[in-house]
Amino acid sequence: MATSEVVHAHVAPQGFIRKYIFSLDHKVIGLQYFFLALTAVWVGMILSLFMRIHLIWPDANLPLIGHIQPEAYLSLLTMHGTIMVFFVLTTAPQGGFGNYFLPIQIGAPDMAFPVLNMLSFWTTFVAFVIMLASFFVAGGAPLHGWTGYPPLSALQSAGPGEGLGADLWITSIAIFCAASLMGALNFITTTLDLRAKGMTMMRMPLTVWSWFITAILGLLAFGVLLSAGILLLMDRNLGTSFFLPVVVVNGQMTAHKGGSPLLWQHLFWFFGHPEVYIAILPGMGVASQVLSTFSRKPIFGYRAMVYAMLAIGFLGFMVWGHHMFMSGMSPYSAFAFSLLTMAIGVPSAIKTFNWLGTLYKGRVRFYSPMLFAIGFVSLFVSGGLSGPFLAQPTLDIPLHDTYFVVGHFHLIMGVAAIFGIFAATYYWFPKMFGRMMNEGMGKIHFWLTFIGTYAIFMPMHYLGMAGHPRRYSQLTELAYLHPLIPVQKFMTYAAFITIGAQLIFVFNLFWSMFKGAKASDNPWDATTLEWTTATPPPHDNFGGHTPVVHNGPYEYGVPGAARDFVMQTDPAIGASH
Amino acid sequence: MGLALLAVIWLITFVSTYFFIWHPWWLPAGASAAAAGIDHQFVNTYVIMGVVFVLAQCSLGYFVWKYRDRGSAPPAEYSHGNTTMEVVWTVLTAILFVGMNLMGSKIWAAERFEPAGASAIPVEVTGMQFAWYFRYAGPDGKFGLTNPTLMDPSSGSEAAIGLDTNDPASKDDVVTGTMMLPVNRQVDLTLRAVDVIHSFFVPSMRFKQDAVPGLAIHMHFTPTQVGDYEIACAELCGLGHYKMHGMLKVVSQEDFDKWLAAREAEKQ
Repeated sequence: MATSEVVHAHVAPQGFIRKYIFSLDHKVIGLQYFFLALTAVWVGMILSLFMRIHLIWPDANLPLIGHIQPEAYLSLLTMHGTIMVFFVLTTAPQGGFGNYFLPIQIGAPDMAFPVLNMLSFWTTFVAFVIMLASFFVAGGAPLHGWTGYPPLSALQSAGPGEGLGADLWITSIAIFCAASLMGALNFITTTLDLRAKGMTMMRMPLTVWSWFITAILGLLAFGVLLSAGILLLMDRNLGTSFFLPVVVVNGQMTAHKGGSPLLWQHLFWFFGHPEVYIAILPGMGVASQVLSTFSRKPIFGYRAMVYAMLAIGFLGFMVWGHHMFMSGMSPYSAFAFSLLTMAIGVPSAIKTFNWLGTLYKGRVRFYSPMLFAIGFVSLFVSGGLSGPFLAQPTLDIPLHDTYFVVGHFHLIMGVAAIFGIFAATYYWFPKMFGRMMNEGMGKIHFWLTFIGTYAIFMPMHYLGMAGHPRRYSQLTELAYLHPLIPVQKFMTYAAFITIGAQLIFVFNLFWSMFKGAKASDNPWDATTLEWTTATPPPHDNFGGHTPVVHNGPYEYGVPGAARDFVMQTDPAIGASH
Repeated sequence: MGLALLAVIWLITFVSTYFFIWHPWWLPAGASAAAAGIDHQFVNTYVIMGVVFVLAQCSLGYFVWKYRDRGSAPPAEYSHGNTTMEVVWTVLTAILFVGMNLMGSKIWAAERFEPAGASAIPVEVTGMQFAWYFRYAGPDGKFGLTNPTLMDPSSGSEAAIGLDTNDPASKDDVVTGTMMLPVNRQVDLTLRAVDVIHSFFVPSMRFKQDAVPGLAIHMHFTPTQVGDYEIACAELCGLGHYKMHGMLKVVSQEDFDKWLAAREAEKQ
């Protein structure tokens, strides 16, 4: 429960460095995370564009990097996946928007541990620098994929990039894990201890629930990856054999014996599957918040939404084996993992039904955040429905490690999560920067991105069905891939258009920061606490007072109320809420 | 804006569905005993998921258009949800998903729980950067010993997998770079990898299994049609991953016996 009295931990700093660089203010730290993720997403996107160019024009000479070799393609692929998963999908929704808005939405002046918060950002920053550094060392970035399966990732001799580049890659991820653990502790403590008077758990906005559950997942998952990363570093550098049996590479026998490559897969996916939900849960929270606001209707089934997220988080820890149906793991355990994975479809379906239920009989207003939230629901459905294919071990026989999987996880964990980030950006930008983003540019950005991402990722399912393996740098070797090259070309053209559309977003973002129309304190007529305070919020969030909460988070269209929305701090509208 | 969303969401839905129904790109023609069952389960899942996909996307498009904010529109309905409906759709999806799982589990059990039959022909598959090798036990029906210190990948045959020629059982072992199998006879596979993880993927046989260093994984399948089938590697194994392919030639038992005898003779 919320504790009796909250004293703000620090006064507003005056110097530039303490104010903007080593700031303790959760809002500044949130922005730092946001801009880190924005940088990372451009790196990740450019890498993917190089990959798509190489796939269809293998002999192309590109600016900066020249001719892409097959091993360089694998480095691009590894770094694209790693940067996107860790430094974008984990960093932006949780570190960025979670940091900025979780304290404000629960009526707290800051995070529970501001110094830890600062440390967590700067540790993430160091991890990012080390990750990028792996491009510039001898041998370049590793080629073992973002999943880093040993022995490929454990032996220098297994390929270019598996020398210093791979050590830097593992080190970066280990540091990132430590940073995320700090962040997770902070989010959990803040949510449990710093809620304003009247902000019961069941009055928290669904965004807060999503960040809170994501933090719990992070706390349990990142520790496992951190340990696995340290073991892998030891195998590489100290002669241990946690993941290495007797192996012969290029005719040379290594000194390792007795280890198990499957052990890494278990540890990695014990982290890796919850990581999927770490990426998507905040998107679910934002979609719920935005759909309710712009439908002018309470969210459909608030409690069901909370329970569904808890169920997804809980089940998310028991399904990691579905990544390993073809790995040589016991076929009997596949049966259990499959059943539990199917079970996770149930809370996911509940969420979809409830989003549709929220739109039903609403009064839908089409502002940019709402367009991206609607896009989120569409992509969540499309990406989600290929899940039950892959959850069945029988169907993994033809589909595992093909483009079908690539299409599946890009739609749901990549694009849907990114649409959550876009919705959050358009929705909260006025509060963060005091100005509105340009609606016209926002809408063009939405249409191009929505259609473009479908055009890139939907055809991947067809390729996967035809047996197209993933992570192939050239499509000329297997004869049965030749007829699929036109589809690959189409996807590359779509990628050009979609990435081009992101220039509109970035332009809009920076243009609106300085030239956008001035935003009022509550431009969307929304109900949660961030809209009760000044724009942008003062250093202590609420200008010296602590809000008192009387209502649930989504009271729109309340019969008899003066306006079509009742804010959380307005007088209580009735005992039943 | 509502109408545009309706149009685009429906269009994406129908175009996607059109390609799934017309299926110019589809599972390659199956040529093994397991193919029919796997394909049947695939089509079932496909139809069920397809119906849910179309219904969900169409309702999304319809709702955003139908309930768009218009000056004259009635106010939004004040409702926090409907518990009965929540329970109904929770139970329905649970039955659907668990049912789908149970439907498919029989095929999985047949593929993976049962060992190969007694009459199956034993073949050992070895993956290494970036080639597949296939070993046949010869007349004695026994695989000879291998020794990692004897491996010489440049040899392209028996020495590539480190066959220990001092072991009598290894004398008649044949190692090839192309996989030959007799039609309509079960093959008892032993999958190995010497350096990193590879994955033995034969799309037409509906067969895929990782080959993992340190493990000898036993699997089986039965080719049912004579022909040539491409073998791919489905697990990222290094810079030559994309070119780690091989060929499976399914021939009559007679042709197979002739081929093996010729290889034995060549070796002596």
